[in-house]
Amino acid sequence: MKNSKLVGLIAGAAALAIALTGCGGQGATNGTGLNGAVVADGSSTVAPLTEAAADLFRDVEPGVNVTVATSGTGGGFEKFCAGETDISNASRPIKEEEAAACAANGIEFTELIVANDGLAVVVPAANDFVTCLTVDQLGKIWGPASEGKINSWNQIDPSFPNTKLALFGPGTDSGTFDYFTKEINGEEGAIRTDYSPSEDDNVLVQGISGAEGGLGFFGLSYVTENADKVRAVDVDGGKGCVAASEASVQDGTYTPLGRPLFVYVNNASYSEKPQVKSFLDFYIEKQSEIAELAIFIGLTAEQVAVAKKELESLG
Amino acid sequence: MKPFTSIGKIAAQGSVRGRAKGGEYSPKSIAFLLILWASLALAFAFLITLIVTTFIEGSPRLNSMLLTEFPASRPTQAGARPAILGSMMVIAFTALFTLPLGIAAGIHLEAFSDRKKWWNRVIELNVQNLAAVPSIVYGLLTLGALSALGVKDKNIVAAGAMALSLLILPVIIIVTRESIRAVPDEIRQGSLALGATPLQTLFRQILPSSVPGIATGSILALSRALGEAAPLLILGALVFVSFDPNGLLSGYTTLPIQIFNWTGRPQEEFHILAAAASIVLLALLLAMNAIAIVIRNRFQKRW
Amino acid sequence: MSTLTTQGGPAKSGRPSGLSQQSPRYGEKAVYLILRISAWLTVLITAAILVAFAIPSIEFFQQVPVLDFLFGDRWAPRFANSSFGVLPLVTATAWTTVIALSVAVPFGLGAAIFLSEYAHPRLRKVLKPVLEILAGIPTVVYGYFALTFVQTTVFREWLKLPTEAFSVLAAGIVMGVMIIPTIASISEDAMSSVPQAMRQGSAALGANRMQTTLRVVFPAALSGIIAAVVLGISRAVGETMIVAIAAGQQARIVGNPLEQGQTMTGFIANAALGDSRVGSLEYDTLYAVGLLLFILTLIINWISIAFVRRFREVY
Repeated sequence: MKNSKLVGLIAGAAALAIALTGCGGQGATNGTGLNGAVVADGSSTVAPLTEAAADLFRDVEPGVNVTVATSGTGGGFEKFCAGETDISNASRPIKEEEAAACAANGIEFTELIVANDGLAVVVPAANDFVTCLTVDQLGKIWGPASEGKINSWNQIDPSFPNTKLALFGPGTDSGTFDYFTKEINGEEGAIRTDYSPSEDDNVLVQGISGAEGGLGFFGLSYVTENADKVRAVDVDGGKGCVAASEASVQDGTYTPLGRPLFVYVNNASYSEKPQVKSFLDFYIEKQSEIAELAIFIGLTAEQVAVAKKELESLG
Repeated sequence: MKPFTSIGKIAAQGSVRGRAKGGEYSPKSIAFLLILWASLALAFAFLITLIVTTFIEGSPRLNSMLLTEFPASRPTQAGARPAILGSMMVIAFTALFTLPLGIAAGIHLEAFSDRKKWWNRVIELNVQNLAAVPSIVYGLLTLGALSALGVKDKNIVAAGAMALSLLILPVIIIVTRESIRAVPDEIRQGSLALGATPLQTLFRQILPSSVPGIATGSILALSRALGEAAPLLILGALVFVSFDPNGLLSGYTTLPIQIFNWTGRPQEEFHILAAAASIVLLALLLAMNAIAIVIRNRFQKRW
Repeated sequence: MSTLTTQGGPAKSGRPSGLSQQSPRYGEKAVYLILRISAWLTVLITAAILVAFAIPSIEFFQQVPVLDFLFGDRWAPRFANSSFGVLPLVTATAWTTVIALSVAVPFGLGAAIFLSEYAHPRLRKVLKPVLEILAGIPTVVYGYFALTFVQTTVFREWLKLPTEAFSVLAAGIVMGVMIIPTIASISEDAMSSVPQAMRQGSAALGANRMQTTLRVVFPAALSGIIAAVVLGISRAVGETMIVAIAAGQQARIVGNPLEQGQTMTGFIANAALGDSRVGSLEYDTLYAVGLLLFILTLIINWISIAFVRRFREVY
């Protein structure tokens, strides 16, 4: 009967599907043969860095499963302090209440700086009237009091044209958001709410490049990759206009928007799980390659030394 | 006689003025037909534009590496292997969870429930409602249910399959009901008349005849689940995964999510990769739809 | 009446005494039970939705008054100076839905009429599957198509419209195309099931095909067509990825379709990408908006059922 043929076909297809998915297991056992999982979560800014590390690490230890999720810096700490993750990516230092939550759950951790980043202030590539903005001007543009009131460029500086301000920036879950609001507006989370938020920096690039009066802030890597659409403005942190670059971030002259990127390690994971130890040692050892791959700024020699010392004291 | 000559006159007028007024080729009719063609043409033009633009963007990376490599930070070395396997695994488990349940519920509602009772009407109404609920609501439901059960890590194959199963369950029920309804009553009555019990009639006569319809509808529903990203995003599936999924409790990613992930990267090469992965996804969907159509055409009983 | 269990009847007279109608077959009773439970499980699902949404929503409404939520016009749930008026989200959803329907209904009905009344059966056999393929394209792909091709290339480069990086118009149009197959396929089924006798009668009375279609077939199939349109509405309201990617992320009252806006589903998707601590106000906000979405879909569905009941013609 035709239908028995059909049922046979369906059964065969189902068996094939399950068999195919079944053999999706780990096969390779090169390297020193480590296996197991390393669970990382946290900032979406730092995630590409940890992913780059995982990528390079897989060439060395293919048996280790590294997952990198992006629940945001705050969300990452939540899970980290509940013991669910081994590593927490963070684009800002841990807050006191978060550290307290970790202590309450008996989680001891170590803070590692793994790269440097410049928070770029970005305008469309076609913008020809602004080259430098002071921290005060940025505060005026972005402060909560400006909501609905500061709407055009010439309100910032009369020499700027009367173009409508179109503001773009990360959303409230982002560590970048926390960092920028703290440095520019003095308080974390304090910002005018009538800007276009997005957790996806590509979307911000699209938005800014498409608006004549576009202005936004996000990590330098997205500026570098989209140099045809947007450009970074120099920032005057009190000592003159400084452009964001590897040198200015590493020596601290790009202030206040040069920032370190953190990885928080669960001490117990490091000492008890050899794959976590191996991964983190690799992370610091190869930090320069990793930073280059993820388009971030590497560590200075002193920072590397500090990180290595931290890891040694752990395990 | 008067009526017939009048009718004759009207008929004659009809054929003479056929082109001008009211005939098949009157301007209005032709305009109408053109509008209809235009509607269809627009839908296809859109489909073709979408496929062509995606193809143009993705073709540089459409090679076997896409299928065999893991996602990576170096776009030249990245591939969609875990995403493809993850998609297949999640769909396989979704089918496993939802098909038995949906088909059983559909059978009950169509063949064995007394529709005069109010609670059966409530169930029917309920299934219709559930079919219209947005997919993201099912994601939130699964999130809430798993949180209530104390499951911490919701980024597992089982959770994704659960959310998608809930999503397509109403569709499977409706499809089953319609397939069963399409079997003529004479078959039922003949079987009962020969002394078969209702269950025997169901399993030996009605179900075999409805299998093609159920199969087609189920495959189409599963192909819709294949393309869903929203419920899985809610469960935290937007994760960088560098290994093959290996079981119900394994971390995973699916093709739509991997595409979404790659489009969020700064490097242009990743966007090309995303377009290439979209082509793979479209190919998979096309294959599933083709299978469904073949089943419908070759096995569908025509009464 | 259930189709299989009509018991009793006139056969009692010639029945052999050994065959008792009531002989218990326990295997069969078990099967009936399993089938019944499966059907009742669907009710359980709805109950689960209501419970899962009600609990966080109640917590939410303890902190935010219902009227403020429903009628407030500022949506800034995660900022320091927060506000929970959902009206901006609703306006964006309304715009995208209306735009989507104004694309999907004419073209969908046009396609349906063509397939059902005018197309050669062999053409129909080819075209129907192609329409189904259109329905199966993943919404992520549609979303990026809307953002990159429709908004950027067509609206900004070719047509030079005064619009920025996102617009509800681009999202709405693409969403409309996505819904065309839904409306077309259900309407086509409704029109096909109008008996040939009606068409023949109409032709006998001298009507041409267009008149038959518009004045006889269409009204006869009206209940199915309305059901199709209403299903299209609920799909438009519930669509997530296209609007999350292409309509924008800034929650604002949308006045003109070339502007951007955040829909209810867009908010849920973007919020879910970040961190949402279980039990926090952010988490409850997700469910409050989700509940509103669920209730809206229910209302739309009930309206559909009422219409269908009113207009249904039985042949």
